[in-house]
Amino acid sequence: MSIAIEIAGVSKRFRMYREKPSSLKQRILSGRVRAEDFWALRDVSFDVAEGEFFALIGQNGSGKSTLLKVIAGILRPSEGVVRQRGRIAGLLELGAGFHPELTGRENVYLNAAFLGLSHRKTDAVYDDIVEFAELREFMDTAVKFYSSGMLVRLGFACAVHVDPEVILIDEVLAVGDEAFQARCLDRVRTFQKEGRTIVLVTHALDMARQLCDRAAMLDHGVIHAIGGPDQVVREMRRTISKHDLEFAREEGSREIEILGGSLHRGADPLAGALAPGECVTLQVDLKANEPVDDPVVSFALHDGANNFVFGSDTAQHGLALGRVDGKRRVRFQLGPVPFTGGQYWVTVGVHSRDNQRVYHVQDQRYSFEVRQTEGRRDQTYVPVTVGVEEL
Amino acid sequence: MLGAIWSLLNPVVFLAVFTFVAKVLGAAVDDYPVFLLSGLLSWNLFSVSLSTGAQSVVANANLVKKVYFPREILPLATVGVALVDFVLQSMVYLAFLIVIRYGFVLGSIWLYPLAFVALSLLTVAVTFWVSSMNVRYRDLQHLIGLALLVWFWLTPIVYAAGKTHEKIVTGHRLGSLFWRIYLLNPTAWIVFGFQRALYHSPDANAVLAPFTTAQLGVGLCVVIVILLALLYATWRIFFGLSGDFAEEL
Repeated sequence: MSIAIEIAGVSKRFRMYREKPSSLKQRILSGRVRAEDFWALRDVSFDVAEGEFFALIGQNGSGKSTLLKVIAGILRPSEGVVRQRGRIAGLLELGAGFHPELTGRENVYLNAAFLGLSHRKTDAVYDDIVEFAELREFMDTAVKFYSSGMLVRLGFACAVHVDPEVILIDEVLAVGDEAFQARCLDRVRTFQKEGRTIVLVTHALDMARQLCDRAAMLDHGVIHAIGGPDQVVREMRRTISKHDLEFAREEGSREIEILGGSLHRGADPLAGALAPGECVTLQVDLKANEPVDDPVVSFALHDGANNFVFGSDTAQHGLALGRVDGKRRVRFQLGPVPFTGGQYWVTVGVHSRDNQRVYHVQDQRYSFEVRQTEGRRDQTYVPVTVGVEEL
Repeated sequence: MLGAIWSLLNPVVFLAVFTFVAKVLGAAVDDYPVFLLSGLLSWNLFSVSLSTGAQSVVANANLVKKVYFPREILPLATVGVALVDFVLQSMVYLAFLIVIRYGFVLGSIWLYPLAFVALSLLTVAVTFWVSSMNVRYRDLQHLIGLALLVWFWLTPIVYAAGKTHEKIVTGHRLGSLFWRIYLLNPTAWIVFGFQRALYHSPDANAVLAPFTTAQLGVGLCVVIVILLALLYATWRIFFGLSGDFAEEL
């Protein structure tokens, strides 16, 4: 498959001036100015293939939007190059590419001209744009009187109707109402089917997981993880939950809360990777916010490709917790783990015995790694003892 | 449409006022309105392009920061608008020449396109420079106003170059040195060209710059070559700086 966007060793430095001389007078009077460098991107390299739906995720300030602007050609990289093929339409900011004093109609032509469309070609798609944006009666109103929702609708309508090969979207969709968002997503899926390339910056991790072919996570301007969206989103959740426990996906009615889960090797907290066949203990601390009868604690393990590999719960092993009030610590002692090399993700949950009530679930919050034994191609680990005897 | 009317009104009022002034107060130059506008229209193109061009990138910050497009369009568009004005105003001026039966001299009218080429090159080159520099130093636009004022009086638009030449060369010890410095100004050559191309009243030889039509032709060709080099230089400066416009704004 050919490459639509090639990003090679891109760094972006911003100069942070204490007092930036914005006039010649100041410049002459103040002599040398002190500037601090801030690297918004550092040595970012990856390719986006043609027809790929690519998501860029990361916390605020991680450089996602800067990267998108570099791809769009608005910012020039301090180092490295970006090569892109074909027409790029960008939805980078609310009202981007609109002139506030011009009417909606004039702005459609202006915007299309930015994207390289002639006046005649714009005539041909003009009605479709107005139709999609649902702004027929506002097309002769100056854009400065538009609401943010109207701006997004017009911007999105323009971007998708100018026949771009690549479309860049920066989180702006969140402004529209739900019906419009659904229509946008629909349109984006059509784009995907038509083999166009999409790069999306988003905080909606689950949407990225559902829609995208590939994802990259940026952290302080460097690529922290890149690959399948499941893996990257999980990595993102893990990184974030270290900083901010609220961010990882959790659900439940919270009559009982999971205070925390942890993995132990023997009595010590797990450090480093496990060897195949080692034993590991999963410890779950609970706190009942109100007395609950007979809850069940469960766990599930997923591998790096998000396949369910193993799960179990207290009921299955004949443990009844009885009436729980206050705090409890539940230990699952796993026998020799039969896993071979890779990262494994642990989901823990508390629910009622009949599974009707979910008190609290932490989705793939914890993880452990199993070492791959050098030079082995084992799919699984089976403990083996050998003996020899004379016949 | 309304814009076109405004730009047509400008030379009409000028012609009316100066015809009146020359008739009532008398002027040192015959057919003074003809003389004045032959140089003034080209100066208008230059000065309007510069003062609006300086703001062209800054004024469109909301576009520059958010969408990609070739940045050179912004200064070129302001020059384009000024050019349209220039053409409309020149049409009024030429109509005026026809109405007063002033007539044209075929032997020198060919300087007109030459001067026009030089004027366009100079305007585009300097507008590129000021539009990119003004992004970083916003007070440049005030300096441009001052610079244009000085530059205007260093260009023989309202006064007669020939008479000035005579006065300073004979009237001052260093006069011929001053005159040579004066000739370093490209707008002087451009205005010489426009005036020689159109103005041919009986006292033309005393009023116009002391050069023959052929000498002016050669002079303008030299100016054009220099301006091509200048345009290349300012084009490079503009492209060097335009990559950072989005963060500077």
